[in-house]
Amino acid sequence: MSDEQSFHLAIGSRFENIELVQLVLKDSLDRLGLDDDNRHWIDVAVREAVANAIKHGNHQDPGKQVQIDLAVEGDSLVIRVQDEGIGFDPADLEDPLAPENLLKPNGRGIFYMRSFMDDIQYGVRPGGGTVVTLRKRLVRLGQLTKPDANARRE
Amino acid sequence: MKVNVRQRDGVTILDLKGKITIGVGDVALRNAVQDAINSGATKVVINLKDVTTIDSSGVGELVSAYTTATNRGAKLRLANLPSKVTDILQITQLITVFEVFDSEEEALRSFSAAS
Repeated sequence: MSDEQSFHLAIGSRFENIELVQLVLKDSLDRLGLDDDNRHWIDVAVREAVANAIKHGNHQDPGKQVQIDLAVEGDSLVIRVQDEGIGFDPADLEDPLAPENLLKPNGRGIFYMRSFMDDIQYGVRPGGGTVVTLRKRLVRLGQLTKPDANARRE
Repeated sequence: MKVNVRQRDGVTILDLKGKITIGVGDVALRNAVQDAINSGATKVVINLKDVTTIDSSGVGELVSAYTTATNRGAKLRLANLPSKVTDILQITQLITVFEVFDSEEEALRSFSAAS
């Protein structure tokens, strides 16, 4: 598969720049020939990752950048979102399905990412910052029609 | 996102259009719900028919709208959920928290039945 759908994007940490990411992402996903449902859920997952990078990673400092890379690696679509923050421990995240958390206004972003993608990894960038890697297996695409909460909880 | 506010049969209806997402749409939703409650609305329907995308911030604002309304003695219903909004509420089990109706008319009737 060619890499004409790959891209690298660096944006300032403003929420309105998420729309720019969505435009570039849509073009890449179109080139991959994904159906509407898959495009939508990948779009939402990337939106969550970039929003987290802007809000929690870079604290909306427009002088700090969020970098987004998309590529096809093997049989997977891989999207990396990097910020300049100090990182976080995924173990500290609360379960948004726990009864005591159900009515909290926040804490669902990473849960949605996990639901919509096949794999999510968190890492630390050399020199500082967090990188979130989202993977979606292309061989499964076309079969998936909606997010599966049970799959995420396996 | 655009919000249109109208009254029907003593119920405040908020028609949302576009993206309920972080930074703009979520704030617009929050302001619209707070304005309605502060103006004395006790029955509110959020009409989601023309919502194209919702993210976790938008979902969080729907939750806040629900708790704000409940805490202030008002009743809040959701109507006309697009399938993707239903899906996103379902996987976080919020579909069971909200009172959801397939149409505006059904949401309006639910207030009559309850009163």
